[in-house]
Amino acid sequence: MSNNFNPSIVGFFCNWCTYLAADLAGTSRMKYAPNVRVVRTMCSGRVDPQMILWAFRHGADGVLIGGCHPGDCHYQEGNYKALRRSKLLRKMLPQFGIEPERLRLEWISASEGERLRDVVNEFTAEIRHLGPLHKKQAAPQMAVAA
Amino acid sequence: MAKPKVAFYWCARCGGCEESVVDLAEGVLKVVEAVDIVFWPVALDFKRSDVEAMADGEIAVAFINGAIRNSEQEAMAKLLRKKAGLVIAYGACAYQGGIPGLANLTDKEAILQYVYQQSPSTSNGNGTRPQPHLKVPEGDLELPEFYEAVKTLDQVIDVDYYLPGCPPTAKITFQAIEAILSGKLPEKGAVLAGDRALCYECDLNSTKPEKLLVTDLKRPHQVIIDREKCLLAQGILCLGPVTRGGCEAQCVKGGMPCTGCFGPLGRVRDYGGKALSAIASIVDSTDEKVVAKVFEALPDPAGTFYRYSVPASLLAGKRKAA
Repeated sequence: MSNNFNPSIVGFFCNWCTYLAADLAGTSRMKYAPNVRVVRTMCSGRVDPQMILWAFRHGADGVLIGGCHPGDCHYQEGNYKALRRSKLLRKMLPQFGIEPERLRLEWISASEGERLRDVVNEFTAEIRHLGPLHKKQAAPQMAVAA
Repeated sequence: MAKPKVAFYWCARCGGCEESVVDLAEGVLKVVEAVDIVFWPVALDFKRSDVEAMADGEIAVAFINGAIRNSEQEAMAKLLRKKAGLVIAYGACAYQGGIPGLANLTDKEAILQYVYQQSPSTSNGNGTRPQPHLKVPEGDLELPEFYEAVKTLDQVIDVDYYLPGCPPTAKITFQAIEAILSGKLPEKGAVLAGDRALCYECDLNSTKPEKLLVTDLKRPHQVIIDREKCLLAQGILCLGPVTRGGCEAQCVKGGMPCTGCFGPLGRVRDYGGKALSAIASIVDSTDEKVVAKVFEALPDPAGTFYRYSVPASLLAGKRKAA
């Protein structure tokens, strides 16, 4: 795929860790790929698979979920729910013709600004390599009113 | 006063919905007393031209079952929409795409190739495929066009109400007909069944543990099902928690788990996404490897969670390569 493809990525970042890591990366003036549109959620376990599917339907080329490291969840086990859901989703996405690599779950704590920068850069590069999820004109079956 | 006119029609379906109307048993006599059935291909000899001859809006209510697979079905749906005051999507296929909708996980070309070329019982040396138009000496022949994808009824026409189920039960069908006859209908677009999850009306609900967790998932043929205990608690994949109630848990009463034919609850947009979420949440492990192992029992997640709803889902079907 051509290198000038600029992927749209939706990031669902946990309020207690990854979102703060993004904050830290910002205040530390780190430079990284601007492709992730961040949605702050209270927990990675709050990310309903419907939200991920909605993003894919409406133009996202990739979805990045950021949660707390195992054992660190502010709500005890929300991140494990996110883990299980993303595992099952990644198993299902190919049945809909979507590469599982387009969905990524990462544990990034509040202090890991550099890791956030690296993950975003890496994921953006990977999605750029995979190419756009949608054709220029959406396929008719994808264009059904919600 | 003239009796209200009613039409029944079938699109891409198995015939079970027609059967369910007959399942009204003696109840059907009450219906026939109250209404005039003017079109019902499975049972009565009326033709499309009879419908075409009617005035717009002359039919009080049209019950259309089946998904939209080809151009003939779409044309009939549009014709009935024009002639009927109310259109009811009857059954899982018309409502969410149903079993025929699973075809959206593949594509038209693959289907035609298998059916007309590859299947073991097919002998088709010339590779003949059905064509929408064919000129023969006797004149022009026409076949309906087979669409790229299966659509729900409301993806081709405006639908007033939905009756869920594969098929809808006699009870909800009868309630819907009564509501129509008495004019006590809810807001347009409503699904004519309750809006509570199936578990609420399941007899086994009282045996559901406070915290439902499963360590391995089993399919019905792999175990002897304990008929007195919540199926999910036994590790049998039952979609009751995410499925609209109204069927009175008939499958569970019969010793089979819910597969979700009544579709999503009112506030859910994508049935399969919600079902996947619910099942993934109750797997009792935090270890990635163990979780993967548990999910091995789900070789076909799309078919399991979207059994009746691929065309209505957010992704709608298999993506065409970009």
